[in-house]
Amino acid sequence: MTLSPKAALELRSRLLHATRSFFHERGFTEVDTPVRIQAPAQETHINAEPSGDRWLRASPELQMKRLLAAGHEKIFQLGPCFRRGERGDRHNPEYTMLEWYRARADYEDILEDTRELLAHVAGEQTSIVYRHQRIDLTGRWERISVRDAFLRWAGWDPVAMWDEDRFNVDLVEKVEPAMTRTVPVVLADYPAPAASLARRKPEDPLVAERWELYIGGLEIANAYSELTDPVEQRRRFEIAADERRAMGKEVYPFDEAFFAELSAMPPSGGIALGVDRLVMLFADASDIGEVLAFRD
Amino acid sequence: MYSASDLRKGLKILWEGQPYEIVEFQFVKPGKGAAMYKCRVRHILQGNTIEKTFREVDSFAKPDLEGRELQFSYEDGGQFVFSDPDTYEEFRVDGDVLGRNRLLLADTMTVDVLFYNGKAVEVTLPIFVEKVIVETEPGFKGNTATNTYKPAKVEGGYEIQVPLFINEGDNVRIDTRTGEYADRVAKK
Repeated sequence: MTLSPKAALELRSRLLHATRSFFHERGFTEVDTPVRIQAPAQETHINAEPSGDRWLRASPELQMKRLLAAGHEKIFQLGPCFRRGERGDRHNPEYTMLEWYRARADYEDILEDTRELLAHVAGEQTSIVYRHQRIDLTGRWERISVRDAFLRWAGWDPVAMWDEDRFNVDLVEKVEPAMTRTVPVVLADYPAPAASLARRKPEDPLVAERWELYIGGLEIANAYSELTDPVEQRRRFEIAADERRAMGKEVYPFDEAFFAELSAMPPSGGIALGVDRLVMLFADASDIGEVLAFRD
Repeated sequence: MYSASDLRKGLKILWEGQPYEIVEFQFVKPGKGAAMYKCRVRHILQGNTIEKTFREVDSFAKPDLEGRELQFSYEDGGQFVFSDPDTYEEFRVDGDVLGRNRLLLADTMTVDVLFYNGKAVEVTLPIFVEKVIVETEPGFKGNTATNTYKPAKVEGGYEIQVPLFINEGDNVRIDTRTGEYADRVAKK
């Protein structure tokens, strides 16, 4: 059942309100860091939208980490982010992101937060119907490692033998379509080269502590145990810069304030959650435009 | 040249040396990964469709395709000659490009001709053409049933199935998309 545009915006408003109250009730500080920034994160496949002599942020991640370094322990932000050229039935170049970070925590703590957030915004609903599929939100969530998922559905191990191109294609053609849709799925422990701002798993350094949440086939959120080593972080951005240069893409300046303060950041967990995708789930919308006031 | 980000429904591209039209298109970009374009593409010459995921780095030449509105002039030894009504420039089209539709051409009929690399590859007739029945079993008077058919031949030799009430000398309308009888045309 498709909601009317008015009903979709009202649902969106309720979800935004429930999200804010969830974090305020748990003692998080709501922050709003700049939307126009001097130096976007250097990521191979994320293209920032230029804005005069600045860029529009693709994520508030670097700024929020500086706040962690400055002593904030629990922070969240809800606001617009921009990615150039991303337009499709699940993408709009301008979209709403929810990010939250916890000091002295890791991606497992963030997963607990995420379960509680979903239960909170769902209210009395324990399940939703998305695209004719009932999804139980509050029961057991399925968790599978990237390695196991690829061995099962794509027939190879991207952790043992990294091949970015093959990884990306098999992820969308083989792995994502095979994942269950009856419960939320946590795809965890990515090959280290596929997680530019996450720390490596101490007991298995070939993988990074990163997970992605899929609900009803929609990718909803990306979480990390955050990398706090400025030398390693710079090295990863330099690799991404080289890759961008080789692809003929713009290379962004390095955010030196971020690097300078990163060593003061405590071990932390953080997450970026696509709010429009979350609204799509509750609105049973197949196209992101159905949950936006105005589409780009 | 087109880059992958130019892909959209209806775009015609040259891929692995063959001309394709994008008939379905989905932008996908998992996690922090590369943008990809899940497409269903139709081979413009053969008509078959396949699924293909294009990557951000893929690029495509524009196929040399040109559509022209031309008038049928005459047949010449298995080739069909069409001309541009403005410039009188003539174009020759092999009979097999037209297929059975060659029998439905009429003098000065306006058709759409698709050229690929300068060669005519597709001729689209008007959706309906009118023809006179020259041969069929006599009709049954009063039988206006439209679900029972009999063979008939129209001027030019084209053979179709027509309802029982159609007689020799009747004018019928033929749907060129299906090649089948569509309707009887009232006599003027």
